[in-house]
Amino acid sequence: MRPGAQLWIGAGLSAVFLLAALLSFAWTPHDVTALNIADKLKPMSATYPLGTDHFGRDILSMLMVGARTSIAVALVAVGIGVGLGVPLGLLAAANRGSLLDEVVMRGNDLIFAFPSLVIAILITAVFGPSALNAILAIGIFNVPVFARVTRGSALSLWTLDYVLAARVAGKGRLRISVEHILPNITNLLIVQGTIQFSLGILAEAALSYVGLGAQPPTPSWGRMLAEAQTMIYTNPALAILPGLAIVAMVLGLNLMGDGLRDLLDPRVRRARG
Amino acid sequence: MLRYALSRAVSLGLSLLVASVVIFAVIEVIPGDPAAYMLGMNATPDAVAALREQLGLNGTLVSRYLSWAGGMLTGDFGVSYTYKVPVADLVAQRLWISLPLALYALALSTLIAFPVGLLAAARRGGVTDYGIMGTTQLGIAVPNFWFAMLLVLVFAVNLRWFSAGGFPGWQGGLLPGLKALTLPAVALALPQASILARVMRSALIETLGQDYIRTARAKGLSRRQAVLRHALRNALIPVLTIIGLQFSFLLAGAIIIENVFFLPGLGRLVFQAITQRDLIVVESLVMLLVFAVIVVTFLVDLAYAAVDPRLRRRT
Repeated sequence: MRPGAQLWIGAGLSAVFLLAALLSFAWTPHDVTALNIADKLKPMSATYPLGTDHFGRDILSMLMVGARTSIAVALVAVGIGVGLGVPLGLLAAANRGSLLDEVVMRGNDLIFAFPSLVIAILITAVFGPSALNAILAIGIFNVPVFARVTRGSALSLWTLDYVLAARVAGKGRLRISVEHILPNITNLLIVQGTIQFSLGILAEAALSYVGLGAQPPTPSWGRMLAEAQTMIYTNPALAILPGLAIVAMVLGLNLMGDGLRDLLDPRVRRARG
Repeated sequence: MLRYALSRAVSLGLSLLVASVVIFAVIEVIPGDPAAYMLGMNATPDAVAALREQLGLNGTLVSRYLSWAGGMLTGDFGVSYTYKVPVADLVAQRLWISLPLALYALALSTLIAFPVGLLAAARRGGVTDYGIMGTTQLGIAVPNFWFAMLLVLVFAVNLRWFSAGGFPGWQGGLLPGLKALTLPAVALALPQASILARVMRSALIETLGQDYIRTARAKGLSRRQAVLRHALRNALIPVLTIIGLQFSFLLAGAIIIENVFFLPGLGRLVFQAITQRDLIVVESLVMLLVFAVIVVTFLVDLAYAAVDPRLRRRT
């Protein structure tokens, strides 16, 4: 697949879910919190395009609001990673070999060593299951990822002539980091952000599947799957649709991330000739 | 090599120390009294006081940490509050499901990924390569617990080849046990195999572009011989890294998968302990899982250094 095509397919898929999530703030085909037992487990129809669940809730509406939950959790978790990880990485690179650098890198190694899902489960279990705690649990593990990417690419920039020129001009380390290093690693951070975003969606789905994510009545894809599991013999469609939504969204983000990397990373571009 | 091993061992010790402090702290910061938290809202003050005594909550923070960490070191993980048995016994029982499951999944993932990655690299840019890359892209996007549900739907509900969950125990023989672990292992292995196949492909493509491969070909080796004898061996380093990392994903992933298939393993124990607020079990189990992951990472580090002398210098 050409990198351009990959990017557009990915961006298109992601945009569908983003738009559905945004639309759900203003309008959904049906109210997702209203229970309508008379219409339970209805097949696909004009009134219910994707059918209804065991409480008579419209699946399409729940998927739309579920997209909102997933995107919100993953996006804020990426925000936490960028907000804490990038400054840490910049500082570590600017003071290479210092105690700060050592502490940041060792701390990162440590977080990497933790099985992230286990710790996320521990955090949500101890502080109570909620979307907010799921965000925190996922976000913490984004910090070392961004710190490492930032530090690694910043270190190579620090050896370049224009940084030397800025130092000769009398700019401090902090100012160089913000004015010269940061703008030049933005591309990389965008690519990494897309990847972490898709991982966040998978993590949110897993947490809410085991009941530790967003709580009822907020619909979430993971919990829809958990509820569908008991009905898998009688109503397999309920277990298939939310899963397809997760796969399509994650696939879209991954394709977009790969496409962006190919487009933005000069090394990959050159290798392709 | 010895110096490298020592420096890794020091960092292993430090990691374990910090990890234990962090896990201890997370449990400590639970708002209110852990004993009251464990017993729930209807507990009598007497029951809370008795549990506080049993948990050793009346000591200072430091003495509590030392007695917990010291206990962990000597194999005393405390006594489960809900099961009333030593946590070590619970772990020993459950390990006989979780460990075979993780190893089974790791074996499947490696067995699938190696030939697939090799094939994609050999047919680089062709239809086979695109097909494999597309499939693995999809494999990465599939949540393993959903894939597990699909497997149940197809192989347990429709075809009835496997049971939808549960574990018969090893006493009935190896085959029934392995059969019960097959669907869970496949569900765990699929995303990991997809990642591993992609790493294998790109590592091979990179080594195939090296000068020593050209030399090997110039020497008269066929393409096949050059790949199998020279490229594969060098491509294994990044692949080993990923296999090491996957162990931690498999352990964590098992928590979810064991719940899908109702397998009484460590993952299900963690989860049950969390819902029953059995903090003693939660604390010790999480520490054990982290311990396993940190030790595996350490062993993988040593394994590379043994394979690749260049890595020893870069400490």
